[in-house]
Amino acid sequence: MRRKIHRAPIAVASALLLGVVATACSTEDPSDGDTGSDTSSETSESPEASESSEEGGEQEWFDQAVYDEQYEQRSATFEGDPETPWLQYIDGEMTDTADYKTNKAGKACFANASIGNPWRQTGWITMNQQLKELQDKGVISEMETRDAQDDDNTQIADIDYFISEGNCDAFIISPNSTAAMTDAVERACETGKPVIVFDRGVNTDCATTFIHPIGGFAWGIDTAEFLVDNLEEGDKVVALRILPGVDVLEQRWAAAEKIFEENGIEAVDFFTGADPTEIKTFITDELNKGEVQGVWMDAGDGAVAAIEAFEDFGADLPVMTGEDEMSFLRKWEETGLTGLAPVYSNFQWRTPLLALEKIWAGEEVPKEWVLPQVPITEEERGDFLAANEGMPDGHYAKFGGEDLVGYPEVWQERQIP
Amino acid sequence: MSATTSVTSSGSTTTGRTLPLTEGSVFQRILRGAVTPGGAVFILAAILFVAVLTANPSFGEPPQLIRFIGRTAPIVIAAMGQYYVIVSGEFDLSMGAVIATQVVIAGNFIGEDESRVLPALVLMFVIGAVVGLINGLATTLLRVPSFIVTLGTMLALGGLVRYMTGGAATGNPVDSFREIGRGTIDDVPVLEVLPYSVIILVVVMAAGVWLMRSPFGRTIIATGDNPDAAALAGAHVWWVKTRAFILSSLSATIAGILLVGYAGVHPSVGAGYEFQAITAVVLGGVVLGGGRGWLLSAAAGAFALELLFSFLNFQEIESTWRPTVQGVIIILAVAAAGRAWSLGRRPSRTSPPAAPAEPAPSPTSARPGTETGEN
Repeated sequence: MRRKIHRAPIAVASALLLGVVATACSTEDPSDGDTGSDTSSETSESPEASESSEEGGEQEWFDQAVYDEQYEQRSATFEGDPETPWLQYIDGEMTDTADYKTNKAGKACFANASIGNPWRQTGWITMNQQLKELQDKGVISEMETRDAQDDDNTQIADIDYFISEGNCDAFIISPNSTAAMTDAVERACETGKPVIVFDRGVNTDCATTFIHPIGGFAWGIDTAEFLVDNLEEGDKVVALRILPGVDVLEQRWAAAEKIFEENGIEAVDFFTGADPTEIKTFITDELNKGEVQGVWMDAGDGAVAAIEAFEDFGADLPVMTGEDEMSFLRKWEETGLTGLAPVYSNFQWRTPLLALEKIWAGEEVPKEWVLPQVPITEEERGDFLAANEGMPDGHYAKFGGEDLVGYPEVWQERQIP
Repeated sequence: MSATTSVTSSGSTTTGRTLPLTEGSVFQRILRGAVTPGGAVFILAAILFVAVLTANPSFGEPPQLIRFIGRTAPIVIAAMGQYYVIVSGEFDLSMGAVIATQVVIAGNFIGEDESRVLPALVLMFVIGAVVGLINGLATTLLRVPSFIVTLGTMLALGGLVRYMTGGAATGNPVDSFREIGRGTIDDVPVLEVLPYSVIILVVVMAAGVWLMRSPFGRTIIATGDNPDAAALAGAHVWWVKTRAFILSSLSATIAGILLVGYAGVHPSVGAGYEFQAITAVVLGGVVLGGGRGWLLSAAAGAFALELLFSFLNFQEIESTWRPTVQGVIIILAVAAAGRAWSLGRRPSRTSPPAAPAEPAPSPTSARPGTETGEN
């Protein structure tokens, strides 16, 4: 009798558990997974993706016009001093800010998507040191920050809180995802105060300025062209991707996939959640299957694990693109592999506060502020390693905070505020 | 082990009767064992192994194979840890968080200082034991369901990891520490290399088998099957279950140490391990709710799971589809194992009527006793 009574709930419990397993063991960060779920369901309508990727997965993220634009911007001339790339921009439409001119120090309100990866952490540290400088100059009185921890709903609530009770003089928003944050950004614009959006974009141009490096397609073009140049037709590339559904990451892959296909490079992609265990497993399995000549990453987090997989297997090191994260630069130098470190300019975290300074001074700012985005080549690697000596592995070489207070201790100690 | 278990554990209740499981030749006994879920998982693992081999013949070369076993060691050890808890009738959802915590502690505490390796190891095992103790005591003495208790420790440890790392990777510990999970003994005949993780796995497995054959092992199964009966028989149920939780957390600690070596420090290391471990245990035919199942079946379940993941990698399933395929196959595999369970039980169900004359002193308690042994 006892057994009969127990069987039903146990069956339900096990079914529940297994349901969780299916998601839990592959999407490492459930909160990140949320942003991807609505988009991945669309792509999943094309199961034979290798044939239909152009109609299915790629079409969604691939935008020929933006691709072409970013292709050109890689070689564009940037206004301003190359010594301060965080203030450089491509000439274009400017926003008149005379109405915002003020002599009083104001309060900035920052709705941050997250500080859940080393890139955002490094930027966040730099931003805070920049804030100290502007506080000393009497431009900003204080900055209130809310961290949405990779959650769209939290960030919408954060922005609405700032609008209704934040007593804010300006809004700085680093959106968690594009579509979900659009309405909230528009509500912030309606307050008539300056709104600065940076990093990921939103589907509205109401912001005073939208600050970002050239973009994901440029990353994909730089990296894929490097691999194509250093590999031969028919070679195999393992593409390690963090997670689906985030525009900046998807665009990197969309561009790279297109270039690989055009040049006869066989590429197979995996979602790793930046988990080094997964990365190592995927690469070892691929090596088991046959030779792998190249590794492409949509973000450098975990690059070391990827290289170690080749070392542990005893295979020849691949041609590889990582990121300007110190761990990759160091491993790259140590192993001497053929590589490239694409850069998603981390110094952009300074720019929103400097833009705010300009706005409150009544100076015009670019409507779309496109920052330079230049990969680090093997020739430049030594300089960046020397310049960032003593920095932790999660630090980004092009963080652009060398002239700020607290350099280098604050970054070395990685004091996350 | 199944044969000896049945002899001793049921010896007290049905003295003098030859048990079905010990009848017949070794071959017949193996065959009978194979149709129980605990045995079916070995067949499942063998089928998956053949499937992987077909997809990629070089997988079968000894060095590749031993490397595969080496990299699977953490999840196998975690699954065996989870087994103790599940067979005692509880759940441990905190495993993944324990692994992540240990990984981050290794990275932060050891850093580049080689002299801290030993203190760090001691610290990690102490923390592992304390987490297990808290899980166990809260479940048994405070009577909070273990599902909730370990969910709580999972969240608490997850928050601690986030606080210590900000959610991003910190530096790796010294290479000498990472050698535990990454290093190999070279120039081994046939295998070419022998990862340290394989040796650790074998030691943990042997210790586990020994433990399950010891009185403690018997008590833990009895407790999971019927805690009241076990208590009446003189077992300290709270302490038995608490020890199961401690074993689970210590297993997670060992898995964490191996993973630091294998993969490096990242807060996402260990994510999802609790569910993979539970899946492996269920795949191994261990009954959720406790009281039934074999330790090595849980280990085989973990191997089957990893073989499945590798098989999907070799098949180049589209990356967005992969989790779905994994989920469906796991459900089908467990369902198939469940069928095997009822098939395997059929003969034993019909056997009591076949020998009605046999005096059964207490039929109700004899049933669970014999079934424990079957696994």
